[in-house]
Amino acid sequence: MATHAAFMPGVKTEAAPYGVWSWITTVDHKRIGILYGVTAFIFFLMGGIEALIMRTQLARPDNNLVSAQTFNELFTMHGTTMIFLAIMPLSSAFFNFMIPLQIGARDVAFPRLNALSYWIFLCGGLFINSSFLFAAAPDGGWFGYATLTTRQFSPGHSIDFWMLGLQILGIASMLAGFNFIVTIVNMRAPGMTLMRMPVFIWMSLVVQFLIVLAFPAITVALILLMFDRFFGTLFFAPAAGADPLLWQHLFWIFGHPEVYILILPAMGIVSEVLPTFARKPLFGAPVVIYSGIMIGFFGFGVWSHHMFSVGMGPVADAAFSIATMLIAVPTGVKILNWISTLWGGSIRFTSALLFSLGFIAMFTMGGLSGVMHASPPVDLQQTDTYFVVAHFHYVLFGGSIFGLFSGIYYWWPKITGRLLDERLGKLHFWLMLIGFNLTFFPQHYLGLIGMPRRIYTYAGDLGWNFWNMVSTVGAFIIALSILVFMVNVLKTRRSGQVAGPDPWDARTLEWAIPSPPPIYNFAALPTVHGRDELWLQKHGDGHGGAPTPRPATPTAQEIAAIHMPPPSYWPILLALALTFMLSGLLISTYQIIAGGLLVLFCMFKFALEYHRPAPEAH
Amino acid sequence: MDSHAGAGAHAVHHDPNIGTTGLDNRKVGMWIFLGSDCMFFGSLMGTYLSYKGKSVGGPTPRDVFNIPLTSESAAVLLLSSLTMVLALAALEKNDHKWTGRWLFATALLGAHFVGNQVYEFYTFAVHDGLRLSTNLFGSTFFTLTGFHGAHVTGGVIWLMGLWWQLKRGRLNRGDYTKVEIAGLYWHFVDIVWIAIFTIIYLIP
Amino acid sequence: MTKPPRRLAISLLLLGVIALSAGCGAVGWEWDTKMSTVMPKSDFGRMTHDIFMLISWWTLGIFILVEGGLLYACWRFRDRPGAPIPKQIHGHTVLEVSWTIAFAAILVIFAVPTVRVIFKTQEAPAATDLKVDVVGHQWWWEFRYPGQNVVTANEAHLPVGQTVAFNLHGPDVIHSFWVPQLGGKRDVVPSRVNRITLTPEVPGEYIGQCAEYCGTSHANMRFRVIVHPKGEWEKWVAAQQGPPLEPKDELALKGKELFSQSACMGCHTISGMSAGILGPNLTHFGSRKTFGGASMMSTPENLAKWVENPDHMKPGVLMPNLGMRDDQSKALAAYLLSLK
Repeated sequence: MATHAAFMPGVKTEAAPYGVWSWITTVDHKRIGILYGVTAFIFFLMGGIEALIMRTQLARPDNNLVSAQTFNELFTMHGTTMIFLAIMPLSSAFFNFMIPLQIGARDVAFPRLNALSYWIFLCGGLFINSSFLFAAAPDGGWFGYATLTTRQFSPGHSIDFWMLGLQILGIASMLAGFNFIVTIVNMRAPGMTLMRMPVFIWMSLVVQFLIVLAFPAITVALILLMFDRFFGTLFFAPAAGADPLLWQHLFWIFGHPEVYILILPAMGIVSEVLPTFARKPLFGAPVVIYSGIMIGFFGFGVWSHHMFSVGMGPVADAAFSIATMLIAVPTGVKILNWISTLWGGSIRFTSALLFSLGFIAMFTMGGLSGVMHASPPVDLQQTDTYFVVAHFHYVLFGGSIFGLFSGIYYWWPKITGRLLDERLGKLHFWLMLIGFNLTFFPQHYLGLIGMPRRIYTYAGDLGWNFWNMVSTVGAFIIALSILVFMVNVLKTRRSGQVAGPDPWDARTLEWAIPSPPPIYNFAALPTVHGRDELWLQKHGDGHGGAPTPRPATPTAQEIAAIHMPPPSYWPILLALALTFMLSGLLISTYQIIAGGLLVLFCMFKFALEYHRPAPEAH
Repeated sequence: MDSHAGAGAHAVHHDPNIGTTGLDNRKVGMWIFLGSDCMFFGSLMGTYLSYKGKSVGGPTPRDVFNIPLTSESAAVLLLSSLTMVLALAALEKNDHKWTGRWLFATALLGAHFVGNQVYEFYTFAVHDGLRLSTNLFGSTFFTLTGFHGAHVTGGVIWLMGLWWQLKRGRLNRGDYTKVEIAGLYWHFVDIVWIAIFTIIYLIP
Repeated sequence: MTKPPRRLAISLLLLGVIALSAGCGAVGWEWDTKMSTVMPKSDFGRMTHDIFMLISWWTLGIFILVEGGLLYACWRFRDRPGAPIPKQIHGHTVLEVSWTIAFAAILVIFAVPTVRVIFKTQEAPAATDLKVDVVGHQWWWEFRYPGQNVVTANEAHLPVGQTVAFNLHGPDVIHSFWVPQLGGKRDVVPSRVNRITLTPEVPGEYIGQCAEYCGTSHANMRFRVIVHPKGEWEKWVAAQQGPPLEPKDELALKGKELFSQSACMGCHTISGMSAGILGPNLTHFGSRKTFGGASMMSTPENLAKWVENPDHMKPGVLMPNLGMRDDQSKALAAYLLSLK
């Protein structure tokens, strides 16, 4: 499907292999990016359907469309799916496709490891969703608080599916994190100093550090839970002297950096899209970069603002409150930088730009409700109500999803060689903006008049009825907008306008090469003289300096000398072996042992696949 | 200017592992992985410390610890870091014989460490009645030291793999970085042991 | 690719209308509802509300400035055909530093009362505080008054103007004690005793609900707090301290006999009859308006249905189905309702 759209006759690319096997064994970061994007979108649809069912159940009081148990499974899977299977991998799609292109590299540092990350992600997503087939869908919430998730209060396999699924997904994320950090640190084109990197690359770099440093905390939390459930340890057994809050601390030490993992890619995208369509550089790019770094760093110090109601004591409450307010500063001033980028510009309202504008508007609102949560007394009335549901949907949907769609419309022509239809794109935007606000704005009100979260039904005499119905209508409008997007994708596959290398008159290096790019990306690696290198080549620096010289056209000889890593089937085999081993926990010890041996075997084959004795170094 | 930059870029990328900063991708990758693993062990150690002294019943550390044995283990692991350094030094001189010997010694010492640990676990479980499910001390002790032991085991397998490659003549001075990153991992595992040994066995 | 500004303006106007109707309290935005968090009836609630209003006004102002600035920039600097490349401005240090400091200053305005209220609301309890032990079970609330020797469930009674120290604990999973009209929430955590102290200031009947997901029937784990005017609460205490009333009519008597012969006795306490502690204390069940985690009204029909099939009315409930039928369940319902 998308494969053929990417290789249009008449658009010059390297001879690209076709067929399912070429996709299964690909180590090309661009294909892996497409795999992530398509898979994430399908999971996004699944999470959306889960949401629609919930909203339909909640449209009326004392409703019985679904049972309590089903509803509890739905909100658990909706949260888990949207965070781990939709937003994160959609971001990964862009990391994969764009990072090498924007830094002027041919691929990532470890192409097979990259493929491995994708296959492990796919296995994890399928594994956790397979729980539906076994009538054991997770039902402990996406955050899985002990002691509810211990064997005593959650017998059966629901929590096991959740726990193992997240472990598998965590491995995928961390491997990708190592890969991208090395890529960004070590594979930038000559002349691209750190401060000359595009802001999207900076945000991506911070995200990767957050991933590799925060995921270990949830890995440990899940291990402790697994040991309690399978080996009888006492980590969350109050009778043995344990403290269930240990789970919450470990989870949120991961969980708070996780929300920055979810938002920073979208911020990076917006930081690329706005300058392109305003025809001005990002206002205060160094400040935007430094605040991204600060957010990443201080993001590790605010986790207990998710725990203001557990009784940590006034000193801890006050400390985390102040830290949270502090971190709001770098987050908030970025918004002013983005608006200032538009100010004095020459703004073209493409679909991509509209989604970025939507991001700014919605993220601002989500940020303001977030500031309210930073005050514990106020938060105690808001936490675990629909007010906080409104808050995080404004930042995660209004923020991340709108930002990611901005990236989709922006980079679609680079990825596929064709532009998406602008009229359908604008229809998508307006429907989604209106539907989104109709769904979530009333939820602020519902929270303020006392509607708690995670309830499958409610009494009809509390004043919640009307705006729940409105919220449900909004949800279906969102669904309609997504349909419009899908129609757009299908329609333009064959008949969309051919894009050429630089349809937007953009600023960064990925627009200097054909659309879609040849497998080797750059025939000759570029030399970089400043941020927005391509703009400098086309228009100069705008301060009287002449445009920097365009690179010379590469010769056929130079192109023929480029060696790209060959495809490999070890990534998918290793991913399958790993999943086989870990799922053995639910089936039999023999499977764990057999799986473990298989994993070892695949790891050695993977490691030695291209090993030739190195030439004697001098 | 471009041809110069082109030629320079071309030369640097002759070895696909060396990046434009001159660093080896695999070394940078290993450092990042070790940073991540720090957070992993940090979380486990935090768990151990937050439950220290909170066990309800069951054997306590003082009841079961065999400090002489574990001190020998610590010494063995420290020694193995030395042999690792010597292995790398030998590889630098392309002395395959001594590279092999020192690599094997490192793996052997690591295996001895794991052996000690298995013996210790066995004694605790069978003679002292301390298991994962006995009390908080049992849960936290076995989990923390067990994961460290698993890391050592993984390292031993890795080192033996390198030793085997060397024996088959498929490893030489040009593969220095491959062995160097194994060394980095090994030293990390050693340093983590020092931290674990201190908070579990030494601090009352 | 340029967009006609008029369509943009109209659509944005639509958005503005939505936002405005929020602030203006148009049709449908009723604030004085049964579980409202913005009509405080206690000291805790009032202190919280003051900070909330402070933050709300400032954030409204920031919202108008920022969104307004965004809309204005979009309108004023839209692309016009033939426009030159705009001036490539990279930043403005003074401006950026200024707005950073401004934003930080606004946050200080929030931080000061915040820290003050945190400490004020978590002061150690005084000897004169009324102590109420709250035990959070899956999925009902137990209230014990150690000073008055009273044990009840799902409905807590308090005297107006008296500071109450709720001690929260529980035997199973994490729950959260929350009466929106009286103030913020505090979790029930199995390994510890948490405390929340507040002084109800207005008599009335308030609804509470568990605010931490605790399993299948989390949505049904509600409760009520009845705040009595001066002098009335003591009467309630006296009635609760008394023995269970003897049933007068035949049906209720039959129910009592049935109760004393059934497994009910193993889980429920009725003073002088049974001492079960797994389920709510039923000694004065009839004095309560609601049951089943305060999610159902205590009517003969509801009670009979409950006794016949508890799980149907409250999914996952730990109360087993004892196979009571028609006349049995009606008799038990009558008996329970007679325990005033």
